[in-house]
Amino acid sequence: MNNLFVLVAKEIKDSYRNRWAATAILVMTALALVLSFIGSAPVGSTSMSPLTVTVVSLSSLSVFFIPLIALLLSYNSIVGEEERGTLLLLLTYPISRIWIALGKYIGQFAILSLAIVFGYGVAALTVVLTGDHSFFEYGWGIFGKLILSSVLLGAVFLGIGIFISSVLKESATAAAWAIATWLVFVVLFDLALLGLLSSPTASYLPDMVVKWMILANPADAYRMFNLATSEDTALLSGMAGLRSDQTVSADLMFGVLMAWVVLPIAAFCWTFQRRKI
Amino acid sequence: MKMTIKAAVSAHGVSKAYGQVNALQDVSLTLNRGECLALVGHNGAGKSTFIKILLGLVSPTSGTVQVMGVDVHNHQFEACRQKIGFLPEQILFQKSMTGREALSFYAHLKGSPLTQVDELFQKFDLEAAADYRISTYSKGMRQKLGMAQALLGEPEFLVLDEPTSGLDPMARQKIYHIIEEEKRKGTSILISSHVLTEIDDRIDRVLILNSGQAVADGTLAGLTRQRVVHSRIVIEATPQACAQIETIFSHELDVHRTSERNVTLHCEQARKIPILNSIYALGIQLIDIRITDPSLDEVFRAYMNLDEEMAYE
Repeated sequence: MNNLFVLVAKEIKDSYRNRWAATAILVMTALALVLSFIGSAPVGSTSMSPLTVTVVSLSSLSVFFIPLIALLLSYNSIVGEEERGTLLLLLTYPISRIWIALGKYIGQFAILSLAIVFGYGVAALTVVLTGDHSFFEYGWGIFGKLILSSVLLGAVFLGIGIFISSVLKESATAAAWAIATWLVFVVLFDLALLGLLSSPTASYLPDMVVKWMILANPADAYRMFNLATSEDTALLSGMAGLRSDQTVSADLMFGVLMAWVVLPIAAFCWTFQRRKI
Repeated sequence: MKMTIKAAVSAHGVSKAYGQVNALQDVSLTLNRGECLALVGHNGAGKSTFIKILLGLVSPTSGTVQVMGVDVHNHQFEACRQKIGFLPEQILFQKSMTGREALSFYAHLKGSPLTQVDELFQKFDLEAAADYRISTYSKGMRQKLGMAQALLGEPEFLVLDEPTSGLDPMARQKIYHIIEEEKRKGTSILISSHVLTEIDDRIDRVLILNSGQAVADGTLAGLTRQRVVHSRIVIEATPQACAQIETIFSHELDVHRTSERNVTLHCEQARKIPILNSIYALGIQLIDIRITDPSLDEVFRAYMNLDEEMAYE
């Protein structure tokens, strides 16, 4: 157990040293700040809390950025260590392979979560400081959900990245697979679904199938969780028109995200344990 | 007391196949406590594969390996790793770390006190460089840091893959001095090498691998006797004396008159003394006499050739 902490500490130190931590924090903060300034401008004065507006814009953009940052942080963690030649030595130390993979995962998770919390925190602070509402009038519940689900979304793609890294033998191939994964989950999946729905076959598809297809993608589950599970955000993002049978409970979507967090972890533990050195 | 009786390492009938290629075939090895064994073979002979199997990194296709009495595929073996030191063939560290950070990291993993890190820096003359990044280290310094890493946690079994590659003679002597020190502490040491000439006097036994098979296992003297690698006696004397020696020995030994004043006799090691005695008995004036025993390199070549001869038969 003690060795797990040693590895986590090293992972965090490494990302601090190679400036990954700084880059992630900078990107998330810049993104959040831009959105919190621009985001509330077009709304003008509404009964809606300006923080809610920011949450809606943040979650629409985070769905692109968080998976990308997570995959870039993680895709090289095992294959890169093997290419550098440090993995062989590490494996002769009294520590199991599962701990090695988990140590990397937890370290990267800490960095990414810090970036998300810091970035969004700064954004929320700007909204509060520039606004004229009192502190408790802002939709903190919605903001809390955003942070929680963003951290989980990061965890999903960190797990996928380490899984890719534990399967492949070359870091260049791992990079290609990481980018491909990002494209599929974040861009192509939605496009394909959209194409499917606008084609004549759509009329044969029951609503249930479409709903579950959307939820099968962690990025979409994240989006739905943030946009469709509270009245204010649903109104802002055009999700308010859903029929009651088209919506999914927040708990279920949270469950889907959690399942997507656990699945890649189990997968990379299994594949790394069997990886040939 | 049980530990002193038990062999540090015992491998029985280890084979490893990668697809159709047999990397190792039926190799067995026993390494006792405080014993130093050289694992010798040219590139691709299966040394690295064998080392990886001994360290439990690769599972053999067949055969069993026990290190310090525990099967390497047993879950308990993980705890045993604390008492194993390993220097990989190409020691690589994360270049952005300083020497001290790297060594402390490994010390933490082995659960050895940080005071040992300082001791090791001192031992390997790396104190001045300890707080510099490893990217600024020379090849020799990196190798020394790798050696220091292997000695963390007072190992009982030390695996050194090419420990002196890329080192200058001074640093090489230093490394061998430390190996000897470890040996005296009772550490079992396995050195893999294809640079052989320099390690003859430090090793107790040699295991020669050729194309995945163990072609020889024994003490250097034993192997030399078995394979009859000849010693050379080089005599420098007056031309007359040389001629006299040549005529006396040419019917029973391989004699070469290399120059007017030089003659070389090739003989089995065991016959050195009788031959020298009979030379002295001649009572002739000698200018110089040099005796060269076969080096490990020559023994090694003899075993490799033996194998090739068999292959061509």
